[in-house]
Amino acid sequence: MTLHTLNRPPSNTALLTDCLNACSSGDCLLLIEDGVYCALAQQPLELPEGVTACVLAADVAARGLQSRLHDSIRQVDDAGFVKLCCEHPRVISWY
Amino acid sequence: MSTSKRFLVISRHPPYGSSHARDALDTALTTAVFEQPVSMLFLDDGVYQLLQAQQPAAIQQKNLGATLSALPMYDIDQLYACDKALQNRGLQPEDCLLPVQRLDSNGIAELIRTHDVVMSF
Repeated sequence: MTLHTLNRPPSNTALLTDCLNACSSGDCLLLIEDGVYCALAQQPLELPEGVTACVLAADVAARGLQSRLHDSIRQVDDAGFVKLCCEHPRVISWY
Repeated sequence: MSTSKRFLVISRHPPYGSSHARDALDTALTTAVFEQPVSMLFLDDGVYQLLQAQQPAAIQQKNLGATLSALPMYDIDQLYACDKALQNRGLQPEDCLLPVQRLDSNGIAELIRTHDVVMSF
């Protein structure tokens, strides 16, 4: 199991593609900073099978996106971010 | 003697992830303080700056939306945004904290032609 963190918006298509291609079933994708724009209902992420996605709540609130998130994406707080890092043996930053 | 030039500030980046959006805004405000006419154009992910209900306290940043709302007080009321960029991101006029004029690509090109100085962030 790997935790992937992504901090760039979906307009950075090459980064998002590389990140999604690197995900395996059971991995978690955590969207942080400008990465939270990948979580909007308007442009749903095409997640590989078995990959879960979540967003950092503070970054969502900062950008005024609370009501615009896709239903399937869970919000985590800073403590949740730390917990995810502890639960996954590998952490990859996509930036 | 005053020799006014028309300034255009182009802002293409979303708020908070980098300093680009803040830099664009600071430049526009500084230009206005020197009593130069200044317009702002939001392109690409820059249109996300216009979203209401920004609450950046938890990431220790100043509210960019609040500063944007104050632009008309500094006589910066010529605000433009790329219509396609807004549409692609599902942003409606009521989602925006300020009224902006929506431009297509011809409108954007013309806007640039009608300004003397263009700064891009």
